Amino acid sequence: MNAPETDIQQSLDDPRLQLAIYTATRRLIDHRAGVVSDEALPHYQDLRNEANAIKKHTIENLDYYLEQLESNVIAHGGKVVFCRTGQEAADFVLDLAKKRGVHMLVKSKSMTSEEIHFNERLEKHHLEAVETDLGEYILQLAHQRPYHIVAPALHLTRYDVADVFTKELGAENEVVIEKQTKFARGVLRQKFLEADIGVSGANFLIADSGAVVVVENEGNARLSTSAPKIHIAIAGIEKVIPRAQDLAVFLNLLGRSATGQPLTVYTSFLSGPRRATEIDGPDEFYLLLLDNGRTKLLADPEKRQSLYCIRCGACLNHCPVYRKIGGHNYPWVYSGPIGAIITPQFHGVTEETWLPFASSLCGACAEVCPVKIEIPKLLIKLREEVVEVKRRQASGDLERFAFRLFAWIATHPKIYLLLASLGSVFFPIVPRIGPLKKWDSQRTLPQPANQSFHQWWASRVGRSKGSS
Amino acid sequence: MVGEQGGPVERLFMTSREQILGDIRRSLKRAAGQPPLFEAAPLSAPRLRIPLTDRNLSVELFGQKFENLGGKFFRVRDTLAVVPAISELLAQKSAVASNSPFLRKCGITGLPQVHAAFTDREELKAACAAADIGITSVDYALAATGTFVMLSSHNEARLVSLLPPAHIAIFPRSRILANLDELLSILPRPADQTSSMVLITGPSRTADIEQILVRGVHGPGEIYAVVVDDE
Amino acid sequence: MNTRVSLFVTCIVDQVFPQVGIAITEVLERLGYQVDFPEAQTCCGQPAFNSGYPDEARTIARHFLDVFRDSEYIIVPSGSCASMISHHFADIFQHEPKLLAETHRLEPRVWEFSRFLLEVAGVDDVGARFDGIVTYHDSCHALRELRIKAGPRKLLAKVQGLTLAEMDVAEECCGFGGTFSVKFPEVSGAMARTKIDSIQKTGASTIVSIDSSCLMQLQGVIDRAGLPIRTLHLAEVLASR
Repeated sequence: MNAPETDIQQSLDDPRLQLAIYTATRRLIDHRAGVVSDEALPHYQDLRNEANAIKKHTIENLDYYLEQLESNVIAHGGKVVFCRTGQEAADFVLDLAKKRGVHMLVKSKSMTSEEIHFNERLEKHHLEAVETDLGEYILQLAHQRPYHIVAPALHLTRYDVADVFTKELGAENEVVIEKQTKFARGVLRQKFLEADIGVSGANFLIADSGAVVVVENEGNARLSTSAPKIHIAIAGIEKVIPRAQDLAVFLNLLGRSATGQPLTVYTSFLSGPRRATEIDGPDEFYLLLLDNGRTKLLADPEKRQSLYCIRCGACLNHCPVYRKIGGHNYPWVYSGPIGAIITPQFHGVTEETWLPFASSLCGACAEVCPVKIEIPKLLIKLREEVVEVKRRQASGDLERFAFRLFAWIATHPKIYLLLASLGSVFFPIVPRIGPLKKWDSQRTLPQPANQSFHQWWASRVGRSKGSS
Repeated sequence: MVGEQGGPVERLFMTSREQILGDIRRSLKRAAGQPPLFEAAPLSAPRLRIPLTDRNLSVELFGQKFENLGGKFFRVRDTLAVVPAISELLAQKSAVASNSPFLRKCGITGLPQVHAAFTDREELKAACAAADIGITSVDYALAATGTFVMLSSHNEARLVSLLPPAHIAIFPRSRILANLDELLSILPRPADQTSSMVLITGPSRTADIEQILVRGVHGPGEIYAVVVDDE
Repeated sequence: MNTRVSLFVTCIVDQVFPQVGIAITEVLERLGYQVDFPEAQTCCGQPAFNSGYPDEARTIARHFLDVFRDSEYIIVPSGSCASMISHHFADIFQHEPKLLAETHRLEPRVWEFSRFLLEVAGVDDVGARFDGIVTYHDSCHALRELRIKAGPRKLLAKVQGLTLAEMDVAEECCGFGGTFSVKFPEVSGAMARTKIDSIQKTGASTIVSIDSSCLMQLQGVIDRAGLPIRTLHLAEVLASR
């Protein structure tokens, strides 16, 4: 499948979009840098190593920790529902809503729910799911998908937002951001108070506590999980960590890596329905544990580290490719470097074969990943898999022939020198017309050298021999 | 056998739970009921980093961090000084107070514009939705980040610090801890105590539109901390 | 001195920028080293490795091991090629114990040029002179895999007449990325243009790097835009008198 070239070109040609992406990511880059510096966080690298080790241990023993999580959730009065697919998760919620006579639920930000098209599945059966995170709410009204893992409406201006509110809610066209926010707050407050079900995601699942941890800045997750009578949390199975005390590592990394905040405004540690002595909180708690292909990623020992991701978005912010093409040019809800490595693993390497190659392998992502996922290494692994697929499909022949030929030339120095002297060594590396034409579309080609270094050396040696 | 692959027919009779756990075990080459392995992927004891701090410096640090976040910090000598310190904030406003004994001690619950002693969830919700200010104590505060730590209990309901557009937290300085690591050190399993532990670090905010910061999106946009020194 | 050093000139320098190899030879000889050039050398295999052709990369890497088996110091004028050898040959040979052992013996003998000068030759002043404002581009593999950042700047600081002006985005990728530059030319070009916009703000007339591939990418975009900026390898600056 081919890259969305025209869409990428369109994004590159849109100066407003380019400025929005660049400045938003630059701000996040600078904020992060300020709080992980040697002065601010001297043990930052130790934390990364610890986070990687905890995730590795947990993923390598995932069944154990999921069972421990489950038994602790049950011990605190909650229920656990394992869901192989998004449809199973949606079906459970629809069923529960029907039993309880619920027609509307409120929802806080959850990339996992985007992944499974949760809202659409519910809406098909007339269960209204209201996004309450401001950015997600705007996108819901605008029928768009998130542009960035942490900053979903990064690509929209205040004028876009004003138009959305006017078109979808009949509001007066208001372009002052503070007023737009107040307006959304008022609309959503009603929903929080009316809804009988609140759905959240989970940043972490705590095995020894049967708890979900949800971090946020707005307060909509707190409201979604505290005001309605029922709380449903949806999370991928990979979100589990062994102990509440492990949060000392992860919470010290997550906010800093994502937005440069040592802690986000609200961190909720929720374990089930309210206790007998508590005054408010939900009466029922359900934890939906989602597979949706994660067990497939688990099967590959080298690439299963992709499941360590804590969805901070740092890799997106630092990726020079993401910062040019933006979130919507990636084929799935997960964009940027993490998207590039998990999309082929979830969807199969034969889909979107261009994706692992849309990287210069600069390594900026790996440098900032709080859990030390070796993203460039996995991209190369995926490239090998794509090449292998193409070999079996007997496509991509020309490129394969070129590399094979170059390998042969590079191991036969005399031939290499002969071709070099003919000035044609580089040409067999890539097919003649295509790549040279592509280079030329953006840059001038380098001037060929009068003589290679080999030739210069040979003549120098010849000169010194001659003179002795 | 549960946990084994089974053919497609057997899978039909396996629950999702069995299928998922079975798939995981197959991928990891683990058996059902097997304890976690530590050799290839060790798990160390949690490493908690708690700086040594002087009690006095903790209060100051908390105050600094709190104000950096946009909160307003009051430090008062004793419980009698609390009401005078916040009287201006409460003037012409309606407030809901939690059932924290410390608030009673500080004379908050006796004030005319303060509604307290809620035990019914719906009444509490309605009162909080209508109130201008929510007044609570805290279970702990974290100096390093200017954070309130609130555990849901019969003394502290969740919605008091969440629904009203302003939140005042009044607490003795003895509840201030150094940082998150210290909190987890004294409270290794919050779920043993409560269904909800919330860390509140600053006023509710968003930068979702053009990365411009706006306060008070869903949670309180104005937050106040009153620390009582001699407690 | 008579210490022998072997030069692995890299295929791009060999074919496109031989002047870089010549400059390195001059600088090393000026410092008293005896420079050896194993003429059977060709490539490190990075283009194949990065493009998903591990077998071809292995073939080329094997040849490299043969050619440089007896070299005590292998000087490389490229961060990406040096890190290919010292960091990724081990990936290529991970299932071949004998070649893996050979690779591990080779790794400590591989020296990116600027690092060799500072850490082996122990010099930061090679007596160079270069008039003008220069800005330094941190090439990705050098920066992130070899941890080279301060070194080249130290060397440039000692060049007479040279003013070093830092660009805002020195650590951002230039957009080359090997075949990335021709598979995604529009993105590659846009990345380069971002660098060049930043470079123009420094007032520098010369961009210096330790990777010729980056310089080729940047110069290509500069020439297309008709800007009066040139690119030079660090070795060329250090060879200037």
